[in-house]
Amino acid sequence: MNERTIICLSCPKGCRVKVKANGDDIKDISGHECPQGIEYAKNEYLNPTRILPTTVRVKNGQIALVPVKTASPIPKEKIGEAMQKLSEIEVEAPVELGQVIVNNILDTGVDVVATRSIKEKN
Amino acid sequence: MKTKRELVIVGGGPAGLAAALEAHKNGVEDILLIERDEYLGGILQQCIHNGFGLDYFNEELTGPEYAERFIDELSDKKIDVQLKTMVIDINDQKMLTVLSSKKGIEFIEAKSVILAMGCRERTREAIRIPGTRPAGVMTAGAAQRYINIEGYLPGREIVILGSGDIGLIMARRLALEGADVKGVFEIMSYSSGLVRNKVQCLDDFGIPLYLQQTVTKIHGQKRVEAVDIAEVDDNFNQIPETKKTIECDTLLLSVGLIPENELSQQANISLDDITGGPIVDQSRETDIPGVFACGNVLQVHDLVDNVSEEAEIAGKAAAEFLLNETKDEIKQSLEIAPGKNITYVVPHTLNINANTSPLIELFFRVKDPAEDCKISIKDNQEELASYTRPIVEPGEIESVKLPIKLINISSDEIIVELITGGE
Ligand SMILES: Cc1cc2nc3c(=O)[nH]c(=O)nc-3n(C[C@H](O)[C@H](O)[C@H](O)COP(=O)(O)OP(=O)(O)OC[C@H]3O[C@@H](n4cnc5c(N)ncnc54)[C@H](O)[C@@H]3O)c2cc1C
Ligand code: SF4
Repeated sequence: MNERTIICLSCPKGCRVKVKANGDDIKDISGHECPQGIEYAKNEYLNPTRILPTTVRVKNGQIALVPVKTASPIPKEKIGEAMQKLSEIEVEAPVELGQVIVNNILDTGVDVVATRSIKEKN
Repeated sequence: MKTKRELVIVGGGPAGLAAALEAHKNGVEDILLIERDEYLGGILQQCIHNGFGLDYFNEELTGPEYAERFIDELSDKKIDVQLKTMVIDINDQKMLTVLSSKKGIEFIEAKSVILAMGCRERTREAIRIPGTRPAGVMTAGAAQRYINIEGYLPGREIVILGSGDIGLIMARRLALEGADVKGVFEIMSYSSGLVRNKVQCLDDFGIPLYLQQTVTKIHGQKRVEAVDIAEVDDNFNQIPETKKTIECDTLLLSVGLIPENELSQQANISLDDITGGPIVDQSRETDIPGVFACGNVLQVHDLVDNVSEEAEIAGKAAAEFLLNETKDEIKQSLEIAPGKNITYVVPHTLNINANTSPLIELFFRVKDPAEDCKISIKDNQEELASYTRPIVEPGEIESVKLPIKLINISSDEIIVELITGGE
């Protein structure tokens, strides 16, 4: 039996929710002060995901980097690999806000998009 | 050269942007927004992480996305923007001295001014860490700018002092970029950052948080080579036996923000010792008529959403000041003071006239964390209203909306108090 404490982030209280499980089979959840804590702990235990905000190099841009993010959360364990992939990329200015920088990164079904418009260097 | 302007806004961050838009919407036709940087958006442009806009736009945005919504809205309005221009002086007659490489020194006579200069970070000097003076000691915000805008990694082995949100966000950012973040050290017995940031910025990356510990010395000649760390007791005295040395090449400081009020001081505006920002009434007007303040220059905000809302109050009030020839007579003036367990309250005064909105929102910080507690609002005579709260924390600004009809007509003071458990 595995036991892990997960801090619920659904509200500022931050309850420490205990999850007991056999592999993926959750046996018991305790320590939550409201039902939202169960849902949160389940997801965080079985399939934790995060939005990844970072930067990508820009050629000929007014500034050196364009900030980007994954358009929706991706599995937490893929974050390191995604950073690696994004470090190999360079985009050409101009860049539009929302422009897709990488399509379907690491087959997650999620695009990486620009979060700022960057003009060409004048 | 000397020019005249209706409204000049100093600072093009989220506060300046929202104030400009709101003043324009309320009929001001001659607006000049002055920003010293090369682009608008202020500190948001370097805050590339998500978590902005949940209150204001009901969606989760990154800093640059949040800024760009306002910048876009501004672009097709008749609002003049002057970039790479620094306001170096304001006097109590609302005369501004501004400096740019393009036009040199200019003087601008403004009818109304909105101060939106934001804040800056406390530095090593502000907290007096002994030791050598090598390269590699910088504020977390400076490191944020290097990494996110200019494209430099400021170091490889990092120690972070201070567990505020900026420090936590930078711990994650540096870890993502491949640096070794050795730990975040916090002198208090609790982290002042959001729980979310502690979990997603530190725990996710296995970065330890050490409470009641601080940096006592910096080593290294040209570059930082190590720092000394010691535990502190409840009175913040260092415990010498606990001293240890940690090798690193960079020390990031995330030890608090100070509103940027040199200009306000030059103009002789009265400041609040606790917030470090101007003393204002409910329309965010300072004690110089026609000069308003909003955003981090007024009080350090945790959420940019609140900055935008505050700036709209100031922008609208500036429009009223400029366009309303006949000033409404003030019927009642009250001081608003922090009472038990409250650090400060903004606004500081309430001037009620025929036009005052029926609900007035008070913003304040509590001194210590508490659960299942009550915010009580009193005037000199009685409790006017109370508001229950499941949880309050010093790191998060609280607010309540007080109906002004509850205030007794002969009162001249309102007090905000936090009542905890047993009381
Ligand atoms: C390093 C850092 C990181 C932060 N991270 C977060 C975060 O993650 N989430 C969050 O919600 N909040 C964050 N904040 C708080 C954030 O500052 C506010 O949410 C918001 O940006 C404040 O808006 P503002 O317009 O008052 O100030 P700012 O954004 O600081 O804008 C002020 C502007 O005024 C300009 N200016 C100042 N003086 C002059 C002058 N004399 N002449 C001309 N221009 C001038 C500055 O260049 C700047 O562009 C952070 C703050 C800092 C300092
Ligand atoms: S379990 Fe409920 S009360 Fe506890 S942190 Fe989660 S949402 Fe908040």
